[in-house]
Amino acid sequence: MARSGHVRVRTGCSSAPYAEGMRVLAAMSGGVDSAVAAARAVDAGHEVVGVHLALSRQRSSLRTGSRGCCTVEDAMDARRAATRLGIPFYVWDFSERFRDDVIEDFVAEYAAGRTPNPCMRCNERIKFAAVLERALALGFDAVATGHYASLVIGPEGERELHRAAEDAKDQSYVLGVLTAEQLAHAYFPLGSTPSKALVRAEAERRGLTVAHKPDSYDICFIPDGDTRGFLAERLGADDGPILDRTGARVGTHRGAAAFTVGQRKGLELGVPASDGRPRFVLSIHPKRNEVVVGPREALEVAELAGQRVTWTGRVPADADAGFPCDVQVRAHGDAVPARAAVRGGELVIHPVAPLGGAAPGQTAVLYAGTRVLGQCTIDRTVSAAPV
Amino acid sequence: MTVYLDHAATTPLRTEVLEAYARALRSVGNPSSSHRAGQSARDLVETGREQVAAALDADPVEVLLTAGGTEAVNLGIKGLYWARRAADPARRRILVPRGEHAATTESVAWLARHEAAEVQWIPLDALGRLDLAAAAAALDAHPREVALVSTVWASNEVGTVQPIRELAALAARHGVPVHVDGIGAVGQVPVAFRTSGIAALSIAGHKLGAPVSTGALILGREWSVEPLLHGGDQQRGRSGTEDAAGAVALGLAAELAARELPETAPRVAALRDRLLRGIRERVPDATLRGDPDPGGRLPGNAHITVAGADGDGLLYLLDAAGFAVSTGAACRAGVTSPSPVLMAMGLDETTARGALRMTLGGTTTTAEVDALLEVLPAVVERARAAVAASRSLG
Repeated sequence: MARSGHVRVRTGCSSAPYAEGMRVLAAMSGGVDSAVAAARAVDAGHEVVGVHLALSRQRSSLRTGSRGCCTVEDAMDARRAATRLGIPFYVWDFSERFRDDVIEDFVAEYAAGRTPNPCMRCNERIKFAAVLERALALGFDAVATGHYASLVIGPEGERELHRAAEDAKDQSYVLGVLTAEQLAHAYFPLGSTPSKALVRAEAERRGLTVAHKPDSYDICFIPDGDTRGFLAERLGADDGPILDRTGARVGTHRGAAAFTVGQRKGLELGVPASDGRPRFVLSIHPKRNEVVVGPREALEVAELAGQRVTWTGRVPADADAGFPCDVQVRAHGDAVPARAAVRGGELVIHPVAPLGGAAPGQTAVLYAGTRVLGQCTIDRTVSAAPV
Repeated sequence: MTVYLDHAATTPLRTEVLEAYARALRSVGNPSSSHRAGQSARDLVETGREQVAAALDADPVEVLLTAGGTEAVNLGIKGLYWARRAADPARRRILVPRGEHAATTESVAWLARHEAAEVQWIPLDALGRLDLAAAAAALDAHPREVALVSTVWASNEVGTVQPIRELAALAARHGVPVHVDGIGAVGQVPVAFRTSGIAALSIAGHKLGAPVSTGALILGREWSVEPLLHGGDQQRGRSGTEDAAGAVALGLAAELAARELPETAPRVAALRDRLLRGIRERVPDATLRGDPDPGGRLPGNAHITVAGADGDGLLYLLDAAGFAVSTGAACRAGVTSPSPVLMAMGLDETTARGALRMTLGGTTTTAEVDALLEVLPAVVERARAAVAASRSLG
């Protein structure tokens, strides 16, 4: 029988954030990272069970392109890896939750003219929520994933989420949405690995067939990578005006919802810009079916703010007064110096220098050095270069 | 040690079958060769065929050996459809009850996509029994357009035995052949081909204690099928070198199953009833699905739905505790979808997700049943907590 139990996180020891002898649910996508993460959990002496999350009811049989988590082939890869590790393996159907909490949210966000990050939503609502809650109820102590991020015990004995050892692979940004409660049961065995090449080499050494499987980059529920087509199918694609910041019509689009702020390609503008410089999407207004474009500097924001605020640990002591930090607004973007403060439930962030690439719907993750502090979903921005 | 309660998925290879199979595998000879080695192999094939025929009350010439149950079902459905349509192009209608096994539903769906078939679904009642009146009405409405009727003998999931003779009699009024997927029923309930009135019967070896990839389509001598496989025409409607060792194994397994049925069926049914009684006492709000009347149900089948739990969780917890069971639902590449049978019986998706199928076999013991009953209440409680925890998130 599965035993009940709680994680006993040892405190006061900066190098060992995880309890010993945990019952670990290893979420196995079929990729190399989660397979090696599961293997390391086994090596660490935990009792590990592999679980592949089926996130779509109608799955295609074979992987195409750079996809790597949602096909039957991926499920089979995960199963073979689990067998190799000598751990039990199950496929759990989370397709309904995934549809409701991730796919529909993704579509609704675009319908509202915002730019969502579905991987973040999946971590927040599926992997470290629905799956984690179910795992705990079934007697597990922790959920392990192949994310590149580190959990360490900080000076005050609290669990802290930090960037991975290797900057290029660091995935702490997409985990920035996790709360202290969720992190208490998270396990990232790859966190301290200096490079992906080492993970692949380790997979090969362990005889895992996924050692050379390509990385996945795109959105897993849009297998052909055609996000615009996916959105057009769900939100319609009626022609509408592309306007400049003065309201003059400079082109025609085929469906406002499929655009993202900062986009430059695919605008097909009929009227050249007066200054001859490239133009970018500045804002999207699906209700009026309008897209507004302008020069690059108009994308830069002096302030960004959002309501849905979470913290990976305690709320910073000087949250009301404001505190210095770094802010990152995209998974593959850089963190830049900023000041942040909580005012009336809203997290308001002022980058020290104007910040590009921040749009409503994206997540602003705050860092203190390598440590993730918390995040908000951006609801509004204030341009650094008003018209 | 694992307590194996998933005999409907596959049942252990019987020792005497394994020995006969291994002996046959060691001998050389193509059954179609003329020399003595070939003649020996032919003898193995034909002996096996005769044993299958005897076990199912059919003529040996009516037994077409296949590489498993799915091939048999495909040959029965597609082969009969093609042959009937070739004789009369108007015969394009196929009557099928809802909630059939995928071998059937995918075969008829393929015929609809590629061969202009029109599939007419016959409803099931709340116990999983096909609606005879609906079948009669469908036959009477377009008697000359119906190519065939296909049904399971008994549901592989909920264990409900279908009114095969009655259905065959209805079809016979219009000269329509009935194919029956007997894969879950043979070895569990008496199956007599000759007196059933059906045209074709599919069976699979691995549900009888023979190896996987052995099976047969029993095809009445008055019917013909267009083949799926083209080649040396070794059997009526089925090309390919006959699997002599497989025929030996299938023949022996079928013979043993038929001979032992009068003893095993009541014994397994008594164990199944002990299990169901225990479940009623320990998990009173679990609901038995399928026909509660032992006469209308496979003896080894215990199928319940547990309100507030889901099959994935129940299966995981029971597996961790050493019990191999099934959610019963069609498992498509590892993903369990809500069971089409349960949906056809009128259950909603949430209820259907709480399905747990335990299937007993000849090797099941009282101690195993009691061991399952011992852990079941705690498993159910925890599986419910897991669903509640997952649901409670905003």
